[in-house]
Amino acid sequence: MNTQAIGGMPEITYNFAYLDEQTKRMIRRAILKAIAIPGYQVPFAAREMPMPYGWGTGGVQVTAAVLGRDDVLKVIDQGADDTTNAVAIRGFFEKTAGVATTTSTTEATIIQTRHRVPETALGENQILVYQVPIPEPLRFLEPRETETRQLHALAEYGLMHVKLYEDIARHGHIATTYAYPVEVAGRYVMDPSPIPKFDNPKLDDCPALQLFGAGREKRIYAIPPHTKVRSLDFEDHPFRVQKFAKPCALCAATGVYLDEVILDDRGGRMFVCSDTDYCNTRQEAGHRGEMGVPAESASSDVMPGLNPGIHAVPPGHPVQGVDGRVKSGHDGVPVESGREGDAS
Amino acid sequence: MYVAAKGGEKAIRNAHALLAKRRRGNRNLPSIGLDQIAQQLTLAVDRVMAEGSLYDVELAALAVKQARGDLIEAIFLIRAFRTTLPRFGYAKPLDTAGMQVRRRVSATYKDLPGGQLLGPTFDYTHRLLDTSLGQGGVGGEGHEGHAPATQPETSVEAEPMPRVTDLLGREGLIEGAPEDDGTEPFDLTRAPVSFPVDRSTRLQALARGDEGYLLALGYSTQRGYARSHPFVGEIRFGDVEVIFEAPELGFELSLGTVQITECQTVNQFKGSATTPPQFTRGYGLVFGQCERKAMSMALVERALRWQELGEEPGAPAQDEEFVLSHCDNVQATGFVEHLKLPHYVDFQAELDLVRRMRAEHEEERREAGLKEAAE
Amino acid sequence: MSAQALATGFSDPVDGAQATFRAAMWALSRPGRVEVLDAGLAPPAPLIPEAAALALALCDYETPIWLDEALAAMPAVAEFLRFHTGATIVADPAEARFALIAEPMAMPDFAVFAQGTPEYPDASATLIVQVEHFTGGGLLLEGPGIEARASFGATPLPADFAARMTTNRALFPLGVDLLLAGSGGVAGLPRSVTVWEG
Repeated sequence: MNTQAIGGMPEITYNFAYLDEQTKRMIRRAILKAIAIPGYQVPFAAREMPMPYGWGTGGVQVTAAVLGRDDVLKVIDQGADDTTNAVAIRGFFEKTAGVATTTSTTEATIIQTRHRVPETALGENQILVYQVPIPEPLRFLEPRETETRQLHALAEYGLMHVKLYEDIARHGHIATTYAYPVEVAGRYVMDPSPIPKFDNPKLDDCPALQLFGAGREKRIYAIPPHTKVRSLDFEDHPFRVQKFAKPCALCAATGVYLDEVILDDRGGRMFVCSDTDYCNTRQEAGHRGEMGVPAESASSDVMPGLNPGIHAVPPGHPVQGVDGRVKSGHDGVPVESGREGDAS
Repeated sequence: MYVAAKGGEKAIRNAHALLAKRRRGNRNLPSIGLDQIAQQLTLAVDRVMAEGSLYDVELAALAVKQARGDLIEAIFLIRAFRTTLPRFGYAKPLDTAGMQVRRRVSATYKDLPGGQLLGPTFDYTHRLLDTSLGQGGVGGEGHEGHAPATQPETSVEAEPMPRVTDLLGREGLIEGAPEDDGTEPFDLTRAPVSFPVDRSTRLQALARGDEGYLLALGYSTQRGYARSHPFVGEIRFGDVEVIFEAPELGFELSLGTVQITECQTVNQFKGSATTPPQFTRGYGLVFGQCERKAMSMALVERALRWQELGEEPGAPAQDEEFVLSHCDNVQATGFVEHLKLPHYVDFQAELDLVRRMRAEHEEERREAGLKEAAE
Repeated sequence: MSAQALATGFSDPVDGAQATFRAAMWALSRPGRVEVLDAGLAPPAPLIPEAAALALALCDYETPIWLDEALAAMPAVAEFLRFHTGATIVADPAEARFALIAEPMAMPDFAVFAQGTPEYPDASATLIVQVEHFTGGGLLLEGPGIEARASFGATPLPADFAARMTTNRALFPLGVDLLLAGSGGVAGLPRSVTVWEG
C-alpha cells in the first residue's frame, strides 16, 4: 500500500490483489499445509478485508493469494454470477488485480463460490475456492474450539454420527440438507461449506483443486484433486441427494440443482437451474424448458436465467426496464431419489 | 415465459449512489468538515480509533463521516485500512505514569499525590437537554458571546501523579505488575488465536473489543456473575508520549503523543500459605477518552483471571473462549448481517426436506386412518 | 553484504512470488508431477535457482530456515536468504519451518524436523530438497492428488528414500512435506503420499 498526498487527504493505492506480499505469503503457506493435510483446518492470520466478515473474506483472501495476472476469474453466489455479492467480489478483483473475469465455468481458471459447486464438471487445472462461514463441522455439536480441536486430533467423530442418527430417530431422515459433513481421504471430517448436499458427490475424486477459506474463523482447508470424499452415512440410511421432479423450466436440464421461484401469490412457481452459466449454455445450445425464452428474443441486457431481481430503489422507482415475469406456475415439488450420486 | 433482468451490477451502482445522496443529506446545508467532527464529536472519533485499533484522528473523523455516523461501520473502515499498513517497528511500552494528565479520579482515596482532577467529564452534569446548543444565532453556540470560559485542561506544571496501584504496590498491598520477561507479546492481528491465551492476548482482544459488549459483561460481574469486589483504584486520561527505539539508529525518538484512558481496578485479595493477602488488579487501556470502555475492560479482564487467582469459574464473563470469540464487533456485525445475503440454495434444500417429511406424515396419518376404519 | 546477495531477487517480486507459489501449490496438489519453475534467479552456490525461488516466495521473518551442511558452509547463502526473505537461519532443525537441503544423499532423518502436533499438524517443517534430475520412474506414488497411481523419480535421492517416506506417511496427519526442486521444475511429496519402490 502506498499513500501519496493529494489535496488534504492522502491518495491510497493498493498492492496487486489488495493484500500485501507478507500477508499473501502467510496465506500461501497455510494453503500448502492445507493441501498436504486434506480436510484439516489450518489456522491462519486472516486479515480484515474491505468487505464484511461473513461475506466471503476467507474466500477472497484465498483467491487473492492464489491469483496471478493470467488467471481468468469467475465468481458465483448461489450458483449465479449476477447475485449482488458475486458482482461485488468480482468487481473487487477487477479493480485491485485487473484480471480477466468470466461467467463461463469452462473458461475460468479460478472459481470463487458461495453455496454451490458448478454443474459443469471441473477440469484439472482449475481451482475452486469456497467461501466458508463456519469451517468446523462439529461446531453445532460442540461450540468450543478447544474441544473440537481435540476431537479432530483423536479422529473422534462419534458425536457427529450420534447427531445424524438422532435425526433419523426423530425425523425419519438425516435432517442436514446443506453443509453436510464429509470425510476426506479417510481421516478428517470436514464441512464442505453450506453447499446443498446435492453437490457433495461432486467433491469426490474431483480433478480440480478445492480450497476453502473462512476469514472470520481464520481457517483454510483443502481437498487436493482426485481425493476421496465420502459423505457420512449409515448402512441402513445411505447418503442420498435431492432429486427434482421436473426439469429446469428454462433449459430442461435434469439432474441439476434447481431454485424455486415464486411467480405470484396463488401458488404459482417454477423451478430453474441455480447454476446460471450452465442454464445459459444449454439454452444457447437450443435446449428449451417449458417456460424458456426463444434465443433470438433475448436481448443483450436480458439474461434468461435465474436472477434475484434486485432493485436499488423501492418498487415504483424502477431502475430496470426489464421485468417480464409472467405466467402461472406449476408444481415441481422435488422428491428424493434413491441412492443417486452416492459419494462413496 | 419467464425472464429476469440482469440487474446485479446496475442495482449495486444505484444503491451506492443513493447511499452517497443520503449521506450528504440536504445540499443546502454545508457539508460537515472533518475538523468539525474531530473537534466536536471527539468521543465518537475516540471510539473509532480505539476499536479500529488505529490512532489517527483525521482518518477516524473521515470514517465517521463516510459511515454516516454508524460507528461500527466507521470502525470497520478503519480496520480495513489499518490491515494494509506496513509495519516499520514497535514502539516501547507506553509509560502511563508519565502521562500529561487531563483527568484523573480515584475512588479508593480521598486525596492522593497529584490530587483528583475532574477534567472534561459528563459526571455530575445534569442530564437536561441544553437547547442553547441547538441555536445558531445570537445567544446560541455559534455566537462568540456564548463561548464557555476557557479553562486550561491540563494542570500546568502539575505535580507528579503516581499511579494508585504503584502507591499500593510500594506497601506490597497489591499484586505486582506482570514482569516483563522480554518476550515479544502475541499479536492477534498477525497470528490466529488459539485458546487458552495469555493475559497480553486477552488484553489486546479486549482493547479493540466492542464497548457495548464489554459494558454488558462488566455489568454482569457486578451483579454476581463472577463478582470480584472491584474498586476503581484510578482512572486517568491524558497524553502519553510514544517512544520509538530504532536499533539501527542507536537512539530513541519521540513519535509524538497519543491520548489514552487507563483504568486500574483494585479487586478482592488473594493469598495463600506462602504469600500474604494482596489486592489483585484488573486493567483497562483504550485510545482516546473512553472511560466506560476502559472500566468495563478492567472488570472483564479481572473476571477472566479466575484460574490464575484460584477462583471458581462459571460466569459468562469468565469464559475466555466465549468472551474473546465474540468481542470483536467487526466480526460480529459481519456475520450477523450476512444473514441478509441470499441463502436460497440452502433454503431450497430445507424446503425440500420439510415438504417430504410433511408428505410422509400425511401418508402415515392416512394409513392409520384406513387401519382404524378397517377395524 | 556481498554484491551477489544484493543482486538477485525476483525481477518482479509480486509476479515472481505468485508464479513460484502456484508451481509449489500444484506440485503438492499433484504429488510426483513436475511443475515448471522458471525463477530467473542466480543465487550463490550451492543454492540452485529453483530452491532459491521457493525460499523467496514462501519464507519471511515468520519462518526460521535450516540449512544443510553444504549450504551452511557457504555464508553467502545465508546472507542471500536473510537479505531477500528476512528469515532467521537456525542451527536446530527442529526450530525450522523450512529446511533447505542441497545434498539429498546426506539429508538427516525426517524426525529431526518439526512434525506438528496432533492438535496442530500444520506446525511442521517443509523440506526444500535440491535434485539434479527428475527421472519419472523408480518410485510409485498413491494418495490424495493422484488419480490411481503415479510413477516418479528424481536423482540424487538416498537409497532408503521410499522407506523414509513410508515412515513419514505412518505419522499422518503429522509429518514433513517435501518440495523437490531442480532442473527447471518442482515436484511435491506431501506427507499424505504413499511411496514405494517400483
